[in-house]
Formats: sequence, structure tokens, C-alpha cells
Amino acid sequence: MSKSTASKPTLATVWLDGCSGCHMSILDMDERLVELSDQFDLVYSPLVDYKEFPAHVDVALIEGSVSSDEDERKIRLVRAHTRMLVSLGDCAVTGNVPAMRNPIPVSELLDCVYKGNGLLQEQIPAERLPSLLPRVRPVHEVVEVDVFVPGCPPSADTIFTVISELLAGRVPQIAALSRFGA
Amino acid sequence: MSPAPAVKTLLIDGKDVSASGDQTILGAARENGISIPTLCHLDGLTEVGACRLCLVELKGSTRLQPACVMLVEEGMEVTTHTPRLQKYRRMILELLFAERNHVCSVCVANNMCELQDQAEAHGITHVRFPYRSPSLPVDASHERFALDHNRCILCTRCVRVCNEIEGAHTWDLLGRGVNSLLISDLHEPWGESDTCTSCGKCVQVCPTGALFDKSKVGGKVRKNPDFLSYLNEMREGLR
Amino acid sequence: MTFEELEQIATDARAAKETFPRALNVCVAAGCLSLHSDAIKSALEKEVRRRGANCRVAGTGCMGLCSLGPLVTREPDGHLLKNVAESDAPEIVAKLNSAMPERLLYSRDQPFFQRQTAIVLENSGRIDPEKIEEYIAAYGYQALLHALTDLTPAQIVQEVSKSGLRGRGGAGYPTGLKWGTVAKTIGTTKYVICNADEGDPGAFMDRSVLESDPHRVLEGMIVAGYAVGANLGYIYVRAEYPLAIKRLQVAIRDARRLGFLGSQICNTKFSFDIEIRIGGGAFVCGEETALIASIEGRRGTPRPRPPFPAQSGLWEMPTLINNVESFANIPTILRRGGEWYASLGTNKSKGTKVFALCGKVRNVGLIEVPMGTPLRQIIFDIGGGVPEGHRFKAVQTGGPSGGCIPEQFLDLPVDYESLKEVGSIMGSGGMIVMDDSACMVNVARYFMEFCMSESCGKCIPCRAGTAQMFELLTRMTNGTAKLNDLDLLEELCDMVSSTSLCGLGQSAPNPVLSTLRYFREEYMEHIVRKHCRAGVCECNKLAEVSA
Ligand SMILES: Cc1cc2nc3c(=O)[nH]c(=O)nc-3n(C[C@H](O)[C@H](O)[C@H](O)COP(=O)(O)O)c2cc1C
Ligand code: SF4
Ligand code: SF4
Ligand code: SF4
Ligand code: SF4
Ligand code: SF4
Ligand code: FES
Ligand code: FES
Repeated sequence: MSKSTASKPTLATVWLDGCSGCHMSILDMDERLVELSDQFDLVYSPLVDYKEFPAHVDVALIEGSVSSDEDERKIRLVRAHTRMLVSLGDCAVTGNVPAMRNPIPVSELLDCVYKGNGLLQEQIPAERLPSLLPRVRPVHEVVEVDVFVPGCPPSADTIFTVISELLAGRVPQIAALSRFGA
Repeated sequence: MSPAPAVKTLLIDGKDVSASGDQTILGAARENGISIPTLCHLDGLTEVGACRLCLVELKGSTRLQPACVMLVEEGMEVTTHTPRLQKYRRMILELLFAERNHVCSVCVANNMCELQDQAEAHGITHVRFPYRSPSLPVDASHERFALDHNRCILCTRCVRVCNEIEGAHTWDLLGRGVNSLLISDLHEPWGESDTCTSCGKCVQVCPTGALFDKSKVGGKVRKNPDFLSYLNEMREGLR
Repeated sequence: MTFEELEQIATDARAAKETFPRALNVCVAAGCLSLHSDAIKSALEKEVRRRGANCRVAGTGCMGLCSLGPLVTREPDGHLLKNVAESDAPEIVAKLNSAMPERLLYSRDQPFFQRQTAIVLENSGRIDPEKIEEYIAAYGYQALLHALTDLTPAQIVQEVSKSGLRGRGGAGYPTGLKWGTVAKTIGTTKYVICNADEGDPGAFMDRSVLESDPHRVLEGMIVAGYAVGANLGYIYVRAEYPLAIKRLQVAIRDARRLGFLGSQICNTKFSFDIEIRIGGGAFVCGEETALIASIEGRRGTPRPRPPFPAQSGLWEMPTLINNVESFANIPTILRRGGEWYASLGTNKSKGTKVFALCGKVRNVGLIEVPMGTPLRQIIFDIGGGVPEGHRFKAVQTGGPSGGCIPEQFLDLPVDYESLKEVGSIMGSGGMIVMDDSACMVNVARYFMEFCMSESCGKCIPCRAGTAQMFELLTRMTNGTAKLNDLDLLEELCDMVSSTSLCGLGQSAPNPVLSTLRYFREEYMEHIVRKHCRAGVCECNKLAEVSA
């Protein structure tokens, strides 16, 4: 991807609690990705190796729901430094598969996964790991979201249109492009 | 035999329409190519007026009326798609998504679901209300079918088709409010029901992925609720 | 039964009473009964027998001042004894002819008694509800006889219309108009239903009328049956009212015995009977179409109207459905004339209204005042005001369908229109007074919880909407709400009230809307500052932690 010039808008992609499928769908844009990359600078993404979230980002695409304290910390940080925040994919928009744990209390869930299954050293991992929030929440329940792109994952076409529109300074009309589960 | 009801003329979305006096606004509208969204209504079943998606505005009345139950009247002026109605419809759909656990991406009905279709038609890209995430069971005890309460919108189409068409009255509702639950017989597992004839009608009329045919999971088979009108016509023709 | 025979029963009953120079009437309505007034009655009877006193001891219905119960009245001087205990019996009987001890005596020389006008409650606390003769001695069943012998059904409807009586079940629909519609609707069979479901929290008007003067309701129903052309009536009472059910059973039996119910009533061609149906106590079963479904043996859920019950009700027949208090007004209207009744009250709200006054007032109990009486008079004169040390804040009328009225409207005359104008409703007559220890957000949350759990679940706006509103209100009270939750709440209020199928959902947002209208700043405090000025909400703890 091309090096940053001062005039280009900046784009970030963020991976919270998702399966990475939405990022795969971004990559699925194939050669169009090259076409787009002339128009923006990718300044933060799990796809590239940047450690710090920049101070100012024009568009951030969020994959995944807010499931752990680390997710929550991250999304608040991202929100504070982003102009247009995009919930990308059902996990970010509805909670989707990660939220299927919501009817079950966290402690029960951990016990069920880590205990009583015949392992030698039964214990719930805690050290240096993010801890689960009581409920998985869609991004907009935690911070304000500007654009919602449902779909699991949203198609490469949809993502291409969304990014193009945003880069052109327009708010994309999503309803015609994608739907829950699509 | 009662005499044939008189013909009424009315205005729907500015269009002059004539209808028979025993027709609902919905019936008259659809006959004239005007679509009104519905969920609980199904041609061939009694109307319950429960989902409120088909509410329309009537000139001279502040109260919105369900098009599926309200009969046409002479000189009525009906509006079916005002911004206010559309806003309410969107909210009703949002409420349904937030009420139970709809995970479309892993649902048997994904892309074949009336709730999902309505959400799309109404431009819903997200749900503003907090998800209630209730803990609900799945009843897979029936040898051919299953019921996933997480996707049930309590439209009672299954209750009505089973009672009114099949005559088995296997389904009914238990409890009230958000705690309402569809039950078979006296709250027994469906597979142990004495009344169910395994006819599959309830599965066909269910607008969502709540009732499904186990053999068709992943098969991307659309349900076919339209057999009812056919059944009814047959019945009437025989009379 | 003829007028002469009726008069004879009345004379005999009065004479029987007058053989005793003294009488002690013990309130045995539910309020006092829960404080064991039946034991007090037995103790008084025993004491009278022991002393051989020439005194009659009788049970009566509610005397109104339930908060001071158990109550006893001494006749003929009408002295009222409050907080009576079993152990007081010897002293009361001993002093039958002299002054009562101060500790028991409650002066009738107070606004609580003077400011009331009794029509529906005229016999409450004065007659034995289980004795039909006492009702007859109080001019009972004269209206029925008058109606059957002197009036045509159309004339009765006219008289009721003239009275201006409006339905007391909540909506205030003109009773005469309703009767006229049912009378004119063609049908081989018609029904009369008395709605005694009374599910609003804090309301006990109908229960009290049924326990204290059941014949009045029966008489109203029989007259209604004659007026609309029905031969069968149902009284739908909730199972939680066992005493009311028992008294109704006794009353129906006695009315049949004297020929006020059954075939060829009072030697006319008119036949009418009444059956009791017992409901499971769901609030929504008070809604007329749900109630009808319940009588028919189906799940008690409302259905869309039209058709209205007047056209197609019970078993799809024309059905007249009225509230207990509506029927209870009928005998007096027919006896004294519609015009007389219409002289009470305001322009559009005629007659009197019974209220169950409760909450933070000195005199908790049952009252009856002319329509148009200012709130201030009800709360501060009759109710005696807010107890020492606290300030009046708001009065809630209409229960879960109503709203909270703040201090600036205390001079509002209580009638259907005025209450509606300030964002509340008359409802069935519950009136809860709140002082500064009440948090209005919490009050709204309380009523929303009630609506949520009483929603039948049939339609989505009410089923899921009340649950969402409850969740949003809960967030406000526990300090987790965001500012846009208030917008969501207001949007929901509008949607749920506009789209719900029945009155429960349509009016469920009212407590929120009215508190938002007058106490918006309290909502803002909860959301922004996590502060509850009344100190009842959890959010205060949160604020302390972060401070
Ligand atoms: C949720 C709901 C509950 C109701 N509960 C009662 C009730 O307990 N008693 C009653 O008389 N009317 C109740 N009503 C009103 C009745 O539907 C009906 O309007 C009334 O019984 C008519 O009698 P009226 O004209 O004498 O007021 C209720 C209405 C709703 C929507
Ligand atoms: S929305 Fe679907 S594809 Fe995207 S992260 Fe979630 S599960 Fe994966
Ligand atoms: S029932 Fe419909 S809306 Fe619900 S999860 Fe399945 S596809 Fe989605
Ligand atoms: S399969 Fe047929 S009989 Fe069985 S529950 Fe469904 S509709 Fe009723
Ligand atoms: S199972 Fe299906 S048809 Fe039956 S009530 Fe639920 S959503 Fe409706
Ligand atoms: S408004 Fe509420 S109580 Fe009335 S029908 Fe709808 S869900 Fe039932
Ligand atoms: S379709 Fe009319 S209310 Fe559901
Ligand atoms: S119950 Fe006894 S005075 Fe009201």
C-alpha cells in the first residue's frame, strides 16, 4: 500500500470479537483494494503491523462485538480518535454469534468450558487475559456509531461501495446493499 | 345464506378502489396492487390484528387501524405509507429483533424469513433497543420438525393453522407479556404430543426460523404458506 | 311483587330495627375484616347477650375511613368508633347510653364527612349487605319496580341519557348512548355484563360496593337487562375478591327468592337472571373484549374493535358491558330522575365519583364526591392532607393508565376532561397521593413494571415495548442510562400508545409521559448527575462512589 501523503484520508480497521471473516471480506475486494488504496492511507489494521491507534483517523471499520474489557477499552479509544466509525458485519452491528452466550451468566460459561471436562489441571485462565464482560454488546451500545453495515460477512461489493462512498464524503445507503445474516 | 354484501368504493393512497363490503382494507389494497406489510396475517387464517405492522391511517380518525381486520367502508380514505407509519413499523421490527435471540447468520431461515425480509424492506440496518437476550429452549423432540423459541415472534400463525385447518389444536400460548411461550398440548415436548398429526402445516406457515423441518436444514428451501388459500378455495368449491 | 308488597317488606324491616332502641353496626367489609372486625362483632354480640342489653348488633359494609378501622357506628346517634379492639366490647356495651371514651370516638364533625355526597355509597356502612330486606328498607328495588311497571325500555334509556352518566370503568363513555345502541341492535339473544374485574393496583372501589351494597348493582343490571332486551347477565369478578363473591351469591339467592330475578319478574313478562363468573385476576381481563373471551372459556386476550361488544359481544351477540359503579348509579337515577342526577357535577361530567384515596394522606379510605370537586378539597379537606413533616408532591390518578398531577393543578376540578387535559385520566377512581419522599422516575418505573407484567403479549408494541421502556427506566434509576435513552423512551411512548391493540398498551406510556411533562428535571438528574433527589434510586450510590 502506498505511503502516506498529508492530503489523503486515513482509514483504520479494528478487530474486536469477531471471526475475522469480515476482514477476509475486505481482502476479498481483490484488485479493487489496490484501486482504493490510492485514495486513502491505511493507518491501523490487524492486516498490517501498526501498534498504536493514530490520533486522528477519518474512517474506522470495526469488526466484531464488544465482549471483553479489552474490547471496551479499545473501542472507546478508537471512537475518541475517529471521525466516521463504521460497524462492519453482524458481530459489530447485532452481537451476532458472540452474543449467543448472553443468556448464560459468565461464571457458568467459564465453568462449563474450563471445568469438569476431565482435564488434569482444571482452571479458568485469568492472567494477562482480557476478562469477559457480563454481556456481549453490539458496538453502538458502547460508543456512538456513524454507519452500520450488517451482514455476516458483508460482501466485498458492499464493503467496496461503503468505503468508496465514505471516501467521496458521502454517507452510504446501506439498506439496499446488505441485511442481517446476508 | 346471507345476501351478498354491497360494493363499497373508497380511496387507498389516492387511488379509487372498489371492494365488497366484507373485504378488509388489506384485501382491497392487495387486489389493487397496493402493498401493506404484514406478519401475523396469512390468507386463509382468521385475523388476530396482533403484529400491528399493517396499521394504516384513516382520514378523520386519529386512531390507526389494522388493515388486516378493518373492513372497508363507503367513502373511506386510507393512507398506507406515511412517514409516521413507516417509523412505527421500523420500531415494531426493531422490537422483535431485540425481544429474542435472532442470529440470522446461523439461522435455518436465513434469507428465507419474513421478519428478515421486512427488516430489509424497511431499511433497518441496526437495532437501537437493548437486546433482551432471554434464555429460551429449543424443542427438537419431534421426529421431523423442531421449534426454536429464540426465533419465535408469537404471531400465532401456527396456533391458528393447527386449530383452524388441521383441527388438531396442538399449539397454544402459555404465560403472558414478554414471557409468553408457544407450547404443544399441555406444555409437553412436541414429540410426545397426542394431538399432533405431523402434518407439517405449522412449519409451512411459520414466517421465521422458529418452526422448521429437520431434514431441510441448510437446504435453503423456502416455506410455502400459500397452500392455505388453495385449501380454502377447495373447501368452498365443494360446498 | 307489587309496590304494596315492597313497601310492606320495607316497613317490616324498619320495624324490626326499631324494636331495638340502640344498635351497633360493625364494618365487616374487607378492610376492617382483615383487622378481625368479625371477632369484634362476635364479642359485642356476646357482651350484649351477657348484659341483656336492648341493642342490635349488625354487620355492615365499608364506612369509608378504612385507615381508622375497625370501625363501629352506634345508632341512633351515629357516633363513630375508631380502631376498635375486641377488648373494647365490654366498655362499649356498658356505655351504650352514655358518652363513649375519647380514645374510641371519632368526630363526624369534619370535612371528611361533610364534603362528601353519597349516591353509590349511600347505603355503605348503613345496611347489612347480606340482608335484602335492609336494602329494600333503604328504598331498594323501587327503581326496578318503577321501571318495569311505569316505563318502556326506551324511556329508561332516555332517563339514563338525561342523567349524563358516563361509564365509571375508565373511559367515560356515555352510558345512555351505550344502552341505546345495544337496545337498538337487532339480535335474538342479548347479554348484560357487569365488569367487576378491578385490576388497577390500589383500587378497591368496586370491591367495596359489592361487599357493602350488592343489591344496588343487581338492581342496576336488571333494569339494564329490561332496557336493552337481555335476559341473562354475568358478573365478572376476580377470584381475589372472595367476600364480594360470597355477598353477591347471597344477594342473587335472595333476589331470586323475592322474584327480582328469574322468570316473569314482578308479574311482568320480563325474565332475567344473573350468573357470577370468576376471573383469574389478570388486569387485562378487565378490558371488555378480553373479559368476554374469558367468559367464553378462551384465553383472556383483547381483540381489535370494531365490532364493539354492543354489536357483537358475548357469543357474538349484542352485549351491554358496564362497570360496577356505573350500574350502582342506576337505581338512584331512576328513583330520583335523570335531571336530578344531572344537576350534580360539571357540564360534561355529571353525578358523583367514588375514589379510593390512598398514599401519603391522613385519611386513607373510600370517598364519594360530586364531579368537579377540586383536587385540593379531596386531598387536603377530605383526605386531611399530607402527614406532618412532608410536602405534597403529586397525585396519581387512573392507575397504570393514568398520570401524575403536580401541585400547580391542585385547584383542578376533577372531571373526565380536566384530568385528560393535564395528562392524566379519571380511570376507575384510584387516587394515590405522593409526597416529597417519592421519586417520579421510580414511580413511572413502578407502573411500567405493572404494565409489562400484565401485558397479555398479543401485540408486539405492548408486549416488547413495555419491556423496553421498563429496561430504559431501570437504567435511569440505577445510573446506567445515557442521554439518548431519554429520546428512545419518548419515541417508544409515542409508538406504543399509537399502535397497541387495546387500552392497556395504548395507555401504558401515560405515567411516563405525565412525569416527563412535569418532572423532566428529575429524569435529567438521574441520567446526567446520577442523582435521585428523593433518595430512593440506586443511582445515588453510584454517584457517591465516583465522588
Ligand atoms: C387494560 C384494561 C383494563 C380494564 N379494566 C377494567 C376494570 O377492571 N373494570 C372496568 O369496569 N372496566 C375496565 N376496563 C374498561 C372496560 O374495557 C370497559 O370499557 C368498561 O367495563 C365499560 O364500562 P363503563 O362504560 O361502565 O365504564 C379496562 C380497560 C382496559 C383497556
Ligand atoms: S459478522 Fe460474521 S464474518 Fe464478520 S466477524 Fe462476525 S461472524 Fe465473522
Ligand atoms: S428467524 Fe429470521 S430474523 Fe430470526 S434469526 Fe432467523 S432469519 Fe434472522
Ligand atoms: S404438524 Fe400439523 S398437527 Fe402437528 S402441530 Fe403442526 S399443524 Fe399441528
Ligand atoms: S412458531 Fe412461528 S408461526 Fe408459531 S408463533 Fe412462533 S413465529 Fe409464529
Ligand atoms: S395492548 Fe397489551 S394487553 Fe392489549 S392486546 Fe396488546 S399486548 Fe395485549
Ligand atoms: S398483519 Fe395486521 S396486525 Fe399483523
Ligand atoms: S373496610 Fe371498614 S371502613 Fe372501609
